[in-house]
Amino acid sequence: MTGTVTTAAYCDRCGGSLAEGDHGACAAARRLEPPRYCGACRRRMKVQVVPAGWTATCVEHGTLRS
Amino acid sequence: MPEILEHARAQVLERGVGLDEAGVLAVLRLPDEHLPAALQLAHEVRMRWCGPEVEVEGIVSLKTGGCPEDCHFCSQSGLFTSPVRAVWLDIPALVEAARQTAATGATEFCVVAAVRGPDPRLMTQLREGVRAIRAEVDIQIAASLGMLTREQVDELVEIGVHRYNHNLETARSHFPKVVTTHSWEERWETLRMVRDSGMEVCCGGILGLGETIEQRAEFAAQLGELAPHEVPLNFLNPRPGTPLGDQPVVDAKDALRAIAAFRLALPRTILRYAGGREITLGDLGTRDGLLGGVNAVIVGNYLTTLGRPAGTDLALLSELSMPVKALSTAL
Repeated sequence: MTGTVTTAAYCDRCGGSLAEGDHGACAAARRLEPPRYCGACRRRMKVQVVPAGWTATCVEHGTLRS
Repeated sequence: MPEILEHARAQVLERGVGLDEAGVLAVLRLPDEHLPAALQLAHEVRMRWCGPEVEVEGIVSLKTGGCPEDCHFCSQSGLFTSPVRAVWLDIPALVEAARQTAATGATEFCVVAAVRGPDPRLMTQLREGVRAIRAEVDIQIAASLGMLTREQVDELVEIGVHRYNHNLETARSHFPKVVTTHSWEERWETLRMVRDSGMEVCCGGILGLGETIEQRAEFAAQLGELAPHEVPLNFLNPRPGTPLGDQPVVDAKDALRAIAAFRLALPRTILRYAGGREITLGDLGTRDGLLGGVNAVIVGNYLTTLGRPAGTDLALLSELSMPVKALSTAL
């Protein structure tokens, strides 16, 4: 994965704080899902899935690519 | 061997006549010890009436999210608190997705939009996208844009869309519990117009929407009445924020029973493994389904979720000595 998000305070699947609760189920689900929330600011990202990959863009923190 | 499988062997395998609703229900009710025999018979039916080839397809979302409809399984509805945001794919990215799909050996590329039906902006985007793909990529193009008008059907034919997907999703009797913003009959009307236009009809659904086993059989029979060219079989992948987000995943053996039963109801159709197979059946399930009546796969990612890498499925097809359907035979 490439992109500009370098620090993750939030779960990129549910948007919850990584400091609170167990996100193991989210991590397991993420094997078959792209990220939906920015890990740095928990904004919902614009996600584009194509057959061979995905991109996820946060308006503040840039774009992640599979 | 159970009586229903003896009956299916004589009717479906030997004469190519699909099981009726009662027959499908009997297959869906088979105890676990008879599941291997049901899958074996379904595989024989597929080989006899469809052959060993497997049709490979890639799908892509041209317009994601923000849909005004309330299909309770769908993360792209704008009516739910789903994390999926609205986004459009531009033409260069669409062409690149088609190119990557063709590189896998796929013959089909389905362009999908999350809409009730296409508006002029979407039709323009599709028209330009199809033109660009046809200019650069050797692949057949299908579309899935919701409910159509007669004029839109005619336009799709004119621009070269050869197959149209519009899923009935579930049994007619269960549909109102899954979708309230439009009716099963409205979907049927679009399918009727598509069929009359000469485009190939692609129509399937999702298992695990809270339907009963009886309704699963009802759905198979209704698809048999429609006789679509292709039936994509999805298994619910419960999506966060949707009304069915907490619905349990279909039991793996029930999913395999359904694959066998749908093949025995639809001996000549392209029966495609679509979304949800990874979480419902795991890696081994893909093999079981391909040896149990399935003769088509979606490779790579789905519209909003991820699938197995295309190479994994293609390696499995090679191992099973199932050739990928070639474009020359598809045309």
